[in-house]
Amino acid sequence: MVEIDYKLTYKGYSEALKEGKLLGIKCNKCGVYTAPPKKVCVQCASEDLDVVELSGIGTIRTFTVIRVAPEGFEAPYIVGEAELDEGPWLMGNIVDVDIKQANLDLIGKRVKVGSKTAPGDKYSCGEVQVPVFTLV
Amino acid sequence: MREVAVLGVGMTKFGKSDKTSIELFSEAAMDAINESNLEPKDVQALFVGNCYSDCVESQANIAAFCAADIGISGVPATRFEGACASASVAIRDAFMWVASGFYDVVLVGGTEKSASIDQAFATRVFQFGSDGRYECFTGLTFPGIFAMMAYMYANKYQIPLERLKKEMGLVAIKNHNAGKLNPKAHLQFSIADRIQKKIVEAKEKEKPVPTWNNELDFLYDTTANPLVADPLQVFDCCPFTDGASAVVLVSADLAKKHYKNPVRISGLGQSSAGALSFQKDITRVKARELSAKQAYNMARLGPEDVDICELHDCFTIAEIVATEGLGFFPPGKGGEALEKGNTSVGGNIVVNPSGGLKAKGHPIGATGAAQVYEIVKQMREECNERQIDNVKVGITDTLGGDLGTICNIILERGW
Repeated sequence: MVEIDYKLTYKGYSEALKEGKLLGIKCNKCGVYTAPPKKVCVQCASEDLDVVELSGIGTIRTFTVIRVAPEGFEAPYIVGEAELDEGPWLMGNIVDVDIKQANLDLIGKRVKVGSKTAPGDKYSCGEVQVPVFTLV
Repeated sequence: MREVAVLGVGMTKFGKSDKTSIELFSEAAMDAINESNLEPKDVQALFVGNCYSDCVESQANIAAFCAADIGISGVPATRFEGACASASVAIRDAFMWVASGFYDVVLVGGTEKSASIDQAFATRVFQFGSDGRYECFTGLTFPGIFAMMAYMYANKYQIPLERLKKEMGLVAIKNHNAGKLNPKAHLQFSIADRIQKKIVEAKEKEKPVPTWNNELDFLYDTTANPLVADPLQVFDCCPFTDGASAVVLVSADLAKKHYKNPVRISGLGQSSAGALSFQKDITRVKARELSAKQAYNMARLGPEDVDICELHDCFTIAEIVATEGLGFFPPGKGGEALEKGNTSVGGNIVVNPSGGLKAKGHPIGATGAAQVYEIVKQMREECNERQIDNVKVGITDTLGGDLGTICNIILERGW
C-alpha cells in the first residue's frame, strides 16, 4: 500500500478529537497554525509541517440558533465559530448556553473545545466527530 | 479572443412544478433557441448547471439527458456544479469556448427541482454546500451560514440588531414588490399583500385580527414570520423553487450578421474559497471581491458604470453584503444605502429588478442563467411593468454554497 504523506488527515484529526485532543498543524516555514488540517500550510502552502496539540481555548466570533433542522438533527441548537488562541477558526456547537440567552452578547465570550460523536448518515463515511464549545 | 453575444434567452415560470428538471430545461432551452431564430441542430455544445438532481430525481450526468430531450444527442454535453453558482460558472465556461473560436453556437443554462421534496430532506441536501468533513455535522444549514454572517455584521459595524433587521426587511419588501410585477417569479405577492391575506384569513376563521401597522411590523413578528436561524426569519429567506433557464451564446460577428439586438458579455469573473471557518471574516466575501474585480477589469468598467444588478439575495442579509462586495457602497454601508432608496428604481443602481432570488425564486442550478435572462430582457425593453429605463450595463452575481464559489458576468447592450 502506498502511503501518501498527508500530514494530519481528517481521520487522524477526528480520532484525536474523540480522545479529547485538539490537533492542528504548525508550519515550520512561517509559523502559522492550520486547523482543521489541510495538505499544506494555510498561509504559505509549505509542506514542512508538524502535527501539534492546540490549547483548545478560543473566543466566539459568531453564532446562530438553528430552528429549522436538516433531516437527522433536532432543533433548536446553537452553531458557532470560535477563533482559537493559536489563530485558526473552528466551527462547532455551543452546548451550555440556554437558547433563550443566545444573543449578540455571546460574541467575544471565551470557550473551551470538546467534542461529541454524530452518528453520520448515508451522506457520510461513518460517524463524525463534531467540536463542541463550552463557556470558560 | 473574439467577442461573444447572447442571442435568445428562455426561462420557465419559477415555482412548484409537476415537470421534471429535464422537462423544465427543455422548455427554457427551446424558448432560447426559438428566440434566436435557430434550430436545435445549430447548437454545437451544451452546458447545464444542476446541483441536486442526483439526490432528488436519481439523475446524475443530467446534461446528456437534456441534450437527448431536445434532439441534439451526440453534442458534447456537460454538467456544471458550483452550488448556487452552477449556471453562472457554466456560462463563463461556455463563453470561453465561443470566444476562443472553437464553437460558434452553444446553449447554456441550468435547471433544478427543490420545491417538491420534503423540507427536512431538502435542508439536509442543501447542507452539501458546506464543508462535509469539518462543518456540516454541526447541523449548520444554508440559512445558518447567512445568519452567522448577519450577527457578525451587526457586531463588526456596531449596528444595533433592530436596525439591521429593519434593513434586511427593506430588502424583502423591495424584492417582493418587484417580484409581483414579474410573471415568471415564484412569489408574485408583496409583503403588503401577505398582510391583507392574513387579515382576511383571520376574519374568516373568526380569530383575532392581526394589527400590524406596516410591512416592517409584520416582518418583525416572530409568530407570523417564524425564525429559521437566528436572526433570520422566513421572509429573510428565498424559497425552495423548481425552474430552468437557458441562453444561446454565439460569436458577436454571427449575431450582428443575422439577428437583431445582440447583447455582449463584456466581463467575467470567478473565484473560490474554502470552508466557512477558513474564511474567518465573512462580512467581506473575499471570493466576490476577487471575482467582481476580474469582471470589471475585463469589461474596463467600474461599479459606477453599472445600471442594473441581479445579485445573490438568497437571504436578505446577503443582498446588503453583496452590494458592498460589488463595490456599490463601502463596507458596512449597504444597509444605509437601502434605507435611502439607493438600490431601488431612481437610485444609484437598481438591484434585483426581477424580484431577486427572494421573490423570483432560487432553483439553484438555474439561477445564474435567470439573472442573465433578466438583464437581457431589460436591455431589450421587454419587461413591461418592471421595465427599468435605458439599461446599458448590467452585472450578475451568484454565490455558491458557503460563499465558496462566486461568479460575476457583465453584460452590455451591443449597439
